[in-house]
Amino acid sequence: MTAPALGPALATRGLDKSFGSIVVARGIELTLPEGARYALIGPNGAGKTTLINLITGMIRPDHGQLYLRGEEITALRPEQRVRRGLVRTFQINTLFPKLSALEAVTLAICERRGESGVFWRRLPAYRDTIAEAHAILASLRLADSCLRPTHELAYGQQRLLEIALALATRPKVLLLDEPAAGVPKDESAELFAAIDGLSKDIAVLFIEHDMSLVFRFASRIIVMVAGAILVEGTPAEIAADPRVREVYLARTAV
Amino acid sequence: MTAMASTAPQQFLEARIRWRAIEIVFWLATLAPFFLAPSYLVLTSQMAITGLFALSLDLILGYAGIVSLGHAAFFGLGAYSAGFVSRSGWGEPVSGLLIASIVAGLAGYAMSFIICRFRHLALIMITLGLGLLLHEVANKAHWLTGGADGMQGIHTWPLFGRLAFDLYGTVACGYALAVLFIVFLFARRLINSPFGLSLRGIRENAIRMPAIGAPSRAHIRKVYTISAVIAGIAGALLAETTETVSLEVLSFQRSADVLVMLVLGGAGRLYGGIVGAIIYMLARDQLSGINPQYWYFWIGALLIVVVMFLRNGILGGLADLVARRAHR
Repeated sequence: MTAPALGPALATRGLDKSFGSIVVARGIELTLPEGARYALIGPNGAGKTTLINLITGMIRPDHGQLYLRGEEITALRPEQRVRRGLVRTFQINTLFPKLSALEAVTLAICERRGESGVFWRRLPAYRDTIAEAHAILASLRLADSCLRPTHELAYGQQRLLEIALALATRPKVLLLDEPAAGVPKDESAELFAAIDGLSKDIAVLFIEHDMSLVFRFASRIIVMVAGAILVEGTPAEIAADPRVREVYLARTAV
Repeated sequence: MTAMASTAPQQFLEARIRWRAIEIVFWLATLAPFFLAPSYLVLTSQMAITGLFALSLDLILGYAGIVSLGHAAFFGLGAYSAGFVSRSGWGEPVSGLLIASIVAGLAGYAMSFIICRFRHLALIMITLGLGLLLHEVANKAHWLTGGADGMQGIHTWPLFGRLAFDLYGTVACGYALAVLFIVFLFARRLINSPFGLSLRGIRENAIRMPAIGAPSRAHIRKVYTISAVIAGIAGALLAETTETVSLEVLSFQRSADVLVMLVLGGAGRLYGGIVGAIIYMLARDQLSGINPQYWYFWIGALLIVVVMFLRNGILGGLADLVARRAHR
């Protein structure tokens, strides 16, 4: 379908997962092309976060395969997937409370560059790493507060730090689990503008409940219901789809 | 603005790891017993050895958040190894330390493959089990360890072939302090390295680490091995300076005591283990003089008070106090 050597940025084939008798993922077929800006929507409990956990390897699928640029990654551990460019953020802040934002992002870059195992050199000697960390923080307008411990940052800043940590790993595919969760409405548009401004080399899939943001920033929308993909299409197609209206849009009254 | 932006973050990290005046004062003060209180030299060397042991626990517990209730296993392995080498006819102290640290390190490395898979209560039980297991093995292997009678026939040669270990403990104390200081310098560098940052990352959020591509298990294996090496050096120091190894080096009591010291002093602080060991052993020395049977009562009381009222041990409490003063 696409270029012969490289497959799409991310593809899943027939992902199944059940916890006992509860099916949380059923035959998930998903293709994310290079530079995508896709939204994943669906009612609560549809299995959106579970799907991210399956893709990133935090849960193992019962069946199915995952491909990153055509290479199978189904057997890789989460950190190995991250090092190949498959990176996520978390719906609930999953940060390092006592590290400063600068240290946290520096840590992520050290891991990427393979410097994290070095115990005989002083951290400040890694000027490039620290400068890169600072540049990432500055690009998300966190430079002014990056020396403070993470737990002292405002909530919105912590959401941005979630993204900064992901960017520090140089992702090729970025999965954002409700990046604006808990952020006031005016700030969340700003946060999405920052996501929209990310390099076009990064394929982005984001979960979001605010339909105005979804329709504004997504080029395509995937609708999940009860662990399965109901439909995928452009915002216009999704808005016009009667099934989507029935199971999702009507229920949340958007 | 641009010049500021590029140097400020680095300066911030630089300032965090700079040597402070109080550190220099502290290390100079460790020499005081030689001049002011020669009768305390034996106690001082015990403190140095125990402080070194607590430092080894601090690396895994305080920095990486890996709980251990059986750390005496590596202390004891180091002590028995050094004792065995000496008893076999090689009493040179520095090479004895090296051999003991290698034995403890190998054991730590082997154990680390299990350790890195578990956390919390499971880890406490596994390390506790390891400690008990080794204690009984040493007890049973009378032919090798002397069992409950202790290992006899250890003789430590003069340090560097010149400084004989004297009855007053002058050489022993200087030796123990020097080893403590050298290992401390190593630990200080480790904490302030990229690896040290990774360890703090594991402690702060073990779930996030794989999500930023960190091989947490490899990090844990590495720090656990390093910690075992240091614990082994501490045990070997005890064997060489006292020229005896009793079964007590592997006891559960020793594992528990070192944990108490670290918590008292402040886990996750570079000086937490050393300061905790000093306070603990001073308290034991003084309180057991008053009433030899019940001194644990006061250690218990102190432990409860420190944990209840200070956020991170005595050093953590002091740091909070200083920070609050500075804010005023």
